[in-house]
Amino acid sequence: MSDTAGPVLAADGRPLKVSLNRALRREKLRAFLLVSPLLLFVLVTFIAPIADMLFRSVENSIVQETIPRTTDALRAWDPDETELPDEGTFQALYTDMVFAEELKLHTRLGSRLNYEKPGISSLFRKSGRSVGKFDTKDYEKAYTDLDAAWEDPATWDRLSREGFPGPRTASAYVGWRETLIAEGDDPLEEDPWDVLFGALHSDLVAYDASYDDPLLQAAKTASAGLDPISYTQQFEDIDEDWTNPEVWKTIQTYAAKYTPGYFLNSVDRQLTPEGVTTRDDNERIYILLFQRTLIMSMMITFSCILLGYPIAFLLANLPMRSANVLMILVLLPFWTSLLVRTSSWKVLLQQQGVINDVLVWIGIVADDSRLQLINNQTGTIIAMTHILLPFMILPLYSVMKTIPLSYVRAAKSLGATDWTAFWRVYFPNSVPGIGAGSILVFILAIGYYITPELVGGTKGVFISNRIAYHISSSLNWGLAAALGTILLVAVLILYWAYDKIVGIDNVKLGG
Amino acid sequence: MSGLPPYASTGQKAWYYSFRVICGLIFFFLIAPIVVIIPLSFNAQDFFTFTPEMLALKPEGYSLKHYEDFMTSHDWQSSLWNSVRIAPMATFLSVSFGTLAAIGLSQPHVPFRRAIMAILISPMIVPLIISAAGMYFFYSRIGLQGTYWGVVLAHAALGIPFVIITVTATLVGFDRSLTRAAANMGADPVTTFFRVQMPLILPGVISGALFAFITSFDEVVVVLFVGSAGQKTLPWQMFTGLREQISPTILAVATILVVLSIMLLTTLELLRRRSERLRGLSPG
Repeated sequence: MSDTAGPVLAADGRPLKVSLNRALRREKLRAFLLVSPLLLFVLVTFIAPIADMLFRSVENSIVQETIPRTTDALRAWDPDETELPDEGTFQALYTDMVFAEELKLHTRLGSRLNYEKPGISSLFRKSGRSVGKFDTKDYEKAYTDLDAAWEDPATWDRLSREGFPGPRTASAYVGWRETLIAEGDDPLEEDPWDVLFGALHSDLVAYDASYDDPLLQAAKTASAGLDPISYTQQFEDIDEDWTNPEVWKTIQTYAAKYTPGYFLNSVDRQLTPEGVTTRDDNERIYILLFQRTLIMSMMITFSCILLGYPIAFLLANLPMRSANVLMILVLLPFWTSLLVRTSSWKVLLQQQGVINDVLVWIGIVADDSRLQLINNQTGTIIAMTHILLPFMILPLYSVMKTIPLSYVRAAKSLGATDWTAFWRVYFPNSVPGIGAGSILVFILAIGYYITPELVGGTKGVFISNRIAYHISSSLNWGLAAALGTILLVAVLILYWAYDKIVGIDNVKLGG
Repeated sequence: MSGLPPYASTGQKAWYYSFRVICGLIFFFLIAPIVVIIPLSFNAQDFFTFTPEMLALKPEGYSLKHYEDFMTSHDWQSSLWNSVRIAPMATFLSVSFGTLAAIGLSQPHVPFRRAIMAILISPMIVPLIISAAGMYFFYSRIGLQGTYWGVVLAHAALGIPFVIITVTATLVGFDRSLTRAAANMGADPVTTFFRVQMPLILPGVISGALFAFITSFDEVVVVLFVGSAGQKTLPWQMFTGLREQISPTILAVATILVVLSIMLLTTLELLRRRSERLRGLSPG
């Protein structure tokens, strides 16, 4: 062997290893480029929505966004020390409410907080109507009487650049400006609102300072002579609930940008100022609903095994030609629209429907005691077993197809009875099929919406119906998202198990 | 199971026949609900059960009035039109993106193959109500909620897993030396794809397309949330009909859909046979 071998070279003179690596990289890139349009498409149209839902299940920025000054002020409040937040907090709430009411945001916040403490929604609506009639009008009159320049938005604009007497005025002015801009108005053309004068007054009396600006100095001198108004009193006049510490505690508890509140709600717990507590008995529905969803899905899975096993066994052991014909009877329901099958069950199961008619005609059931088969759990289980049965039969069939007949024959030739041969030899071999079919049916069942909604009545509905209700009727999207997230996690765990047992690449569609 | 041996005992015979009877009953359970609505849809009365005239097979017991209602009702016709407008577009999107990606995924070296596959299959795994909720939240953020394109994109996403699964399954049996041969004879990749690869994987693509089509055409949960009144599809109209004012017209629509699915099933079966014949798996 000569020692001049060195690295093997490709035709173009590069080392073969480098050349091969380059080709491999190019191939990888090509494959990735082919996949990337679809990947991008699915990420935008599907993964992003799921991520959005996960985000919404903890997101709670509405409180901070609608009443930012109040939540800031509440940070310093300790409910154990003082019964109510201080006057400054009430003023902050007043300022926030004025702007929120102008943009009609306070009702949304009210409904949000109402999930946590019933009654807040009407409190907010009522207060929104009244914040325009506060006594801050008196300040406005006093200051504008003192100097007409206070009426001019240009004065406020100048002060915003040169410096307001205090943070309350500055913050109120920013809020006012933003509100006007949000409404499409020009802040340099609108008359200043009384809320600005209220803030100005509190700042002027709060700080012991003298101002170079004669306008401010004159206002400062005049301020001491004005009767201070009590914001606490004004709010109490709107509704006594504002002096209820529980309302304030609720606002404080839910002031954070993210909250576990929706998840706690999904498991019948509640985040209260005192920590996590269990909800009242009459409000506990979700754990029951999750349990019902699981139990009914198990019953559906079990009846699918019961009905699917004989069919799969028959199909796997018949000659090819007749099995193919009978397979059509399995595939036709599989391919028929879900709505068609649900409508037909709705028609068949009615008290005046075909099934009851036949039972009465045979004489099993008396005409006056027709069976209640629909709008209850029975209806859901019957209809969903029918709808999901093909999903059990198909995987079972493909597993049974692979069990060699010689196994059973061998068992019999060794003296096993038919039953022993089946139970000790055939059945254990078919268990993977039962596992695959059961997980598939179970995954599909726990997320079902349409059929329970149509034939389930009130007792036969699943968690998914509750999710739909919160999205479209109660508009509690956060709770819907939290319930959905829990359901999603359950399905993903099952899916992971399915992947371990069957492998996702082995999913087969329609035989 | 294939036939009873001549030496079978009485017990074996009894079991053999009772097993067949049980299977017959289960088949009946599977098929009867679908078959029974067909005669019911020709009911001359507005009832959901067989009238005495129908049982006596008298012609006056039967009529086409529910079909007439379907053909003339504005609600039904506009929902049919919406379905016809949405499903093909969604199918087109899923098939074109899906086929391309399936070809990419069947290359020997794909980085992160498992992760990509998991993402692409996920619309099939995630319960529809969750997809619907997420899409409703997200699409209303970006202004797609309640629009035609919102529904089309949502349905296309739901159809993609089916296209990926069927097309990758066809590609497993694809002989890659054919594309090499084509390239060898001077065909560029595009020509190779359309003249060599596409005709061979066409059965897979078509059955994927049928799955995607039926997914969109049958879908009601997502459209219920993502769509608005302007995108009311046929299943949505059926859903409202079943929930609110149940009318026998639904049975006529259901019958039409059953006929449609029989046609679809036949097409798929023929495609499957063709593909098996091409691959030499069965004598045909």
